[in-house]
Amino acid sequence: MHHAFKGENMAATNDPFEAARNAGPGRRTILKTLGIGAAGLAGIPLLAACTGGSGPAPGATSNSLTFGSGSSDDVPKAAYKAVTDAFTKKSGITVATNVVPHNDFQNKINSYLQGSPDDAFTWFAGYRMQYYAGKGLLAPVDDVWEKIGGNFSDAMKKASTGPDGKMYLVPNYNYPWGFFYRKSFWAEKGYAVPTTFDELKTLATKMKADGLIPIGFADKDGWPAMGTFDYINMRLNGYQFHVDLTAHKESWDQKKVSDVFDTWKALLPFQDPAALGQTWQDAAKALGAKKTGMYLLGSFVTQQFTDPAVLADIDFFPFPEIAVEGTDAVEAPIDGLLLSKKGGDNQAAHNFLEFIGTAEGQNAYSAVDASNIATVKDADTSKFTALNKKCADTIANAKYISQFLDRDALPAMANNVMIPALQSFIKDGTVDVKNLEAQAKTLYAAQ
Amino acid sequence: MSTTAEKPAAPDSEPGAAGQTLAASVRRGVGKRPIRTGRVRRLTRRDKLVLTVMVGLPTLIQLLLVWLPTLFSVALSFTRWNGLDLKDIKPAGTENYRFVVEDYPPFWPAMQHNILWLVFLALVATPLGLLLAVLLDQKIRGSKIYQSIFFTPVMLSLALIGIIWQLFYNRDSGLLNYLLGTAGTPAAVDWFGDSNVNIWAAMVAATWRHAGYVMILYLAGLKGVDPSLREAASIDGANAVQTFFRVVFPAMRPVNIVIVVITIIESLRAFDIVYIINRGTNGLELISALVIQNLVGEGQVIGVGSALAVILLVISLIPIVFYLIRTFGKESKA
Repeated sequence: MHHAFKGENMAATNDPFEAARNAGPGRRTILKTLGIGAAGLAGIPLLAACTGGSGPAPGATSNSLTFGSGSSDDVPKAAYKAVTDAFTKKSGITVATNVVPHNDFQNKINSYLQGSPDDAFTWFAGYRMQYYAGKGLLAPVDDVWEKIGGNFSDAMKKASTGPDGKMYLVPNYNYPWGFFYRKSFWAEKGYAVPTTFDELKTLATKMKADGLIPIGFADKDGWPAMGTFDYINMRLNGYQFHVDLTAHKESWDQKKVSDVFDTWKALLPFQDPAALGQTWQDAAKALGAKKTGMYLLGSFVTQQFTDPAVLADIDFFPFPEIAVEGTDAVEAPIDGLLLSKKGGDNQAAHNFLEFIGTAEGQNAYSAVDASNIATVKDADTSKFTALNKKCADTIANAKYISQFLDRDALPAMANNVMIPALQSFIKDGTVDVKNLEAQAKTLYAAQ
Repeated sequence: MSTTAEKPAAPDSEPGAAGQTLAASVRRGVGKRPIRTGRVRRLTRRDKLVLTVMVGLPTLIQLLLVWLPTLFSVALSFTRWNGLDLKDIKPAGTENYRFVVEDYPPFWPAMQHNILWLVFLALVATPLGLLLAVLLDQKIRGSKIYQSIFFTPVMLSLALIGIIWQLFYNRDSGLLNYLLGTAGTPAAVDWFGDSNVNIWAAMVAATWRHAGYVMILYLAGLKGVDPSLREAASIDGANAVQTFFRVVFPAMRPVNIVIVVITIIESLRAFDIVYIINRGTNGLELISALVIQNLVGEGQVIGVGSALAVILLVISLIPIVFYLIRTFGKESKA
């Protein structure tokens, strides 16, 4: 599997150096797998010290680093604290964490990266990472990936690669998008999981006849509808088209795009008609209360089910296949760490990213925040619920991992263009793809 | 002008050599002892310092915080820029304006909504505020309490206002649908989500605030009307309605102008309520919300956002200029 991936990655990045660099991980993977466990992990800083020369020259002051975190909610905040504590304990390197409310962090990223950013900071995979990498505001971490490469799946590695073929991101966790439903309710009604789009429509028709809203839906905030668009697009036109379209290498004004909306139109009558007035939390409640049959959202939907009995009753299935690639592509936004340009000169920051790329680092995180799925292959799964395990398997088995429209596309395109366009589509089932392309042209040209 | 330049003599401003021409004194430069030239006395060093600070500092602040950003916005509206490196600023001509007018779907709805907002405030909210003011001016019992109640919304934080109106408008558990008897049924109106009604829902919420503001201003205005005018009117046999519309209302002219300008400006900068509801999308588009959407945060498109801001600025300038001409034009005539 690892080798198959490398071929793919080379084709995608077209970078001979990348291939040369990748020659290492195979050997190291074996080392890693042998040495996993406390003893093996303890060896990592030694390893880092030995091979440190391959990174930027470590200064004498590299026994501390600053870490900017947009994970400001209580649970993720405590989880990152656990990670930095574990890192400090192990390496003796102190980490000064600056927590910024996550909306502010996202909104101010431009000035943050140009001003005096922290050495390492939390961010996402996708276009937005690639964009800043392309602008030279991030530091590559190929030296880190040489050591941790074996811990990650092909799709993860691909999602962490910058436009120049260098590695920039170290993934921490992600969460899959799928149709969530209540097992007991479906068993009682005799509903079966649909595997094709036609089956999905048949099931929805049946649910409607049973007096249910077949598909829960909420788009007051504008972004959740992007999940439906992404999945129909990937199932109709393939993962690569999704990537090219969101990067505006493909035109929006083409049949492939209008086909997506035409296909979606068949689903609209089954989606909650009150979508534009409710948030995903409202829709999650409706699913929990058995008012809706199923709900397409990220696995974070489970945060809303505070009753353990309901939570245990939740299951999900992947978006059914439509035309191409079966269900190979999974929408699973990845959150992880990046190094700022300045942080690239601090060896301690490289060490920190390496730590988060190991099972030890990610276990420290997920021990506190269990709502997401760790991205390393050998993460501790002993505390996984059945649903956690299914989420993890879905991601591990995915051939392609997409990052969600607002992470894969230019943010202005996602926020200023697609939110109004999708909302008006939900309202009246029409969309002007010509206008989408006209807007995309202007916005991408401004970058 | 010469008289205003005459300053009381400061300790170090003894008359200098008489008969010096003004030109000569200028040649001698500042820092020299002040010289009396006919009726004009040169300012002392301290006068100059005080004047420089008093005029210069506000000018500098105004320049720094108002004029420079405005001019930058205007300049940026003719460029494309990603907000990263100054080198990335590229001239774009009027492309941003063309984009806004032709390609940006929310723009024209936003214009319409701003106009609707203005009409609604002018025809409903402002008269309501006036009505409240007149009623509360009638020395009824508990007038102060009512005033406080009606003025409270003006003082509330935006977040709180959002929560309060959510209690009214919520589709499933809101008071309004409960009163209509539609709560929990499919016929329940989605006051914030249905793009046919949400602008009205938002304007009612805005009225709630605006009326209180107008009320306070008119209450002050009513207190300022000379009571003898009312007496004269009643002696002349005018009834209450005639007294108000023919005598009191025209006498409040300065307040009226302020209110007109406030109403126009409020409708142009209307932003907070729609932003709290759904960030100004889905039927609640307003120019101000589009400016924010395009200038602040991740969806930043500086050129387009600046163009929208300039459009809003130009529209706002009309009532402001009108107001300034009315007030200052009259003063100079007087």
